[in-house]
Amino acid sequence: MSRDRKLVTMQQRRARTGYLFIMPFIIGFVLFMARPMIQSLIMSFHNVVLNPGKGYNMTWVGFDNYHTAVAVDPYFNTRLTDEIGRMAVNTIATLVLSFVIAVILNQDFKGRTLCRAIFFLPVILSSGVLPGIEKQNEFYDMMAGVAESVQGASGVNISGALQDLLSVSGVGSGVFDVIFQMIDAIYDIIMASGIQIIVFLTGLQAISPSLYEAADVEGCTAWESFWKITFPMVSPLLLVNAIYTIVDFFMKNDNRVMERIYEVMYKDVKFGVASAMSWIYFGVALAFILISSFIISRAVKSAQ
Amino acid sequence: MSKNNTVFIGKNKNFWDRNRRSGGYLVKKRSVQITISVVRALLMFGLCFMIIQPLLTRFSMGLMQEQDLYDSTIILLPRHVTLDNYRIVAELTDLKTIGGGWHFNALLNTLWVSILSSAFQIVSTTLVAYGFARYRFPLKNFWFACVIAVIIIPPQTIQSALYMNFANFDVLKIFTLFGANAEGLTFWQRVLSLFDGTGTGLIALLGGSPLNLRSSIAAYLIMCITCMGLKDGLYIYMMRQYFQGIPTSLEEAAYVDGCGTMHTFVKIMLPDALPTIASCFLFSFVWQWTDIFYARLFLPSSSISLYSTQMSSMVTRMSRYFSADASVAVVVPNGRQQQLISIAVLICSIPLVILYLFTQRTFVESLAMSGSKE
Repeated sequence: MSRDRKLVTMQQRRARTGYLFIMPFIIGFVLFMARPMIQSLIMSFHNVVLNPGKGYNMTWVGFDNYHTAVAVDPYFNTRLTDEIGRMAVNTIATLVLSFVIAVILNQDFKGRTLCRAIFFLPVILSSGVLPGIEKQNEFYDMMAGVAESVQGASGVNISGALQDLLSVSGVGSGVFDVIFQMIDAIYDIIMASGIQIIVFLTGLQAISPSLYEAADVEGCTAWESFWKITFPMVSPLLLVNAIYTIVDFFMKNDNRVMERIYEVMYKDVKFGVASAMSWIYFGVALAFILISSFIISRAVKSAQ
Repeated sequence: MSKNNTVFIGKNKNFWDRNRRSGGYLVKKRSVQITISVVRALLMFGLCFMIIQPLLTRFSMGLMQEQDLYDSTIILLPRHVTLDNYRIVAELTDLKTIGGGWHFNALLNTLWVSILSSAFQIVSTTLVAYGFARYRFPLKNFWFACVIAVIIIPPQTIQSALYMNFANFDVLKIFTLFGANAEGLTFWQRVLSLFDGTGTGLIALLGGSPLNLRSSIAAYLIMCITCMGLKDGLYIYMMRQYFQGIPTSLEEAAYVDGCGTMHTFVKIMLPDALPTIASCFLFSFVWQWTDIFYARLFLPSSSISLYSTQMSSMVTRMSRYFSADASVAVVVPNGRQQQLISIAVLICSIPLVILYLFTQRTFVESLAMSGSKE
């Protein structure tokens, strides 16, 4: 009996210590995440007027702010759909590319260490303010334009020529549009896939070499053992990477929806509309994460 | 006998002889190998080049005089080399007083702000991660779901609310609910005051007025110590993965020997976790260095000049800078603007690249360690 009671108190003590450890997070979450979230939700239904020195005044306007965001604002709507399209294409491309690169980097060749170091560089070079500024770089666009016209004149614009050729031959041009969009965005994609490459690489290195040996002895070709061993073993990481990629994309500073929200907030000082926009944006992001994690976890299950 | 045999196959016969004996298999195998390695080399070179190339372009563009920018025969190598652009950028981004000496204000500020906030972040996230990895307590899954929520909720969603919050900051804004300054409010309005920031807090209750913490580093450090800084959810997640991978027997032994909780944590767990902590610190430092979101929210360039905020507002200052008369703004041509921006990007990223070169192992390996236990 007494032993039993002591066990319970021990557990309680452990639980208390555990709570002490995570206390900073709880305080922070309640004060700086949950409360502001509710606050911004409330704001999104109000017209917020800043009142210098005395905080702000709010008047209830119902769904007006959401209406403004979707139907009145000239940029928000189009930018949102653009960004979603770009994100869908880029996420798939990032996953494929980082997987391929990880497979290559897992092989043995000269200069592998150097390659790994370079492929990880984008994690640094495309963080924070840097890509946002790069995007405004119309000068590069101008130079690229010049280069393209030069190429066009000499007839070596390969991607363009291919595109023409394929669209003339009438093969599903929608598919090719997507593929060419990926090819054109290859720089963005490689700059966004540093972490994903490392995660895949780790998964690849965790596969025991004896599996491949066994497959080899049984007469498997390299191609077969790739699909039967490598892919199923690494596919659980697909979900992690997909979520990371989507979240990363939604939070990037060069995201034009973010830019618009920022403008509405600080230039037009319409806090209510900005909050409504953020909530729409967050809702879309969450929907995307849920849908893609559902699809990927289904696919992974069927692959195994 | 067998030794003779290997010598016979390996050395005395040349490649083509051996190929003939294998019935053409050797050539086929060899050519496939060579093709694969050539394709691989090309692909790797191309992709690596794509990552490095912008750095090189920025570097060479930075050395050009303005006339070179508009000369279409010049693509990469400048004809008129100058270092003057660097001086201009330094003056525009608060690294040097105009016409005066170098003081590197913006970079030094960025350095200490990054170190300080990363340190705060890592201390608190390590504690929280350890709590999640080792202790069982009620609602644990709920709180961990909150960590995941922190990872996937864009902080931009709450930026307007945070802005308001810190613009008139008060401790514990719950007193309106209990009746302070609540004449004429219904119960629901009082409950609402908990969330909309209009509640009365401790400072106001004691007769003071709410503080404006928006343009001070205190607000940001409060966020960091309570795990709500830049990407803190990710660090909690990474370190929890790591702590879970360490066997518990060591701690149990320490407990049996009478070691207290804190003592065990500091003496036994921390030394083991040092590589992971170091890598989280590096990530945090690098992301902090280039961060613009929290910097714009909490540290506008009027309070502390950080390099990231200086950089993003550089274009607006350019027109004043280039006019002879400070009150008249001139239009700076686009190419010139971009040239100066790319120099600023270069100045911002070079320290990070150097840091990365020295700490590459820490970065990649511990990420690998924490990622593998997914």
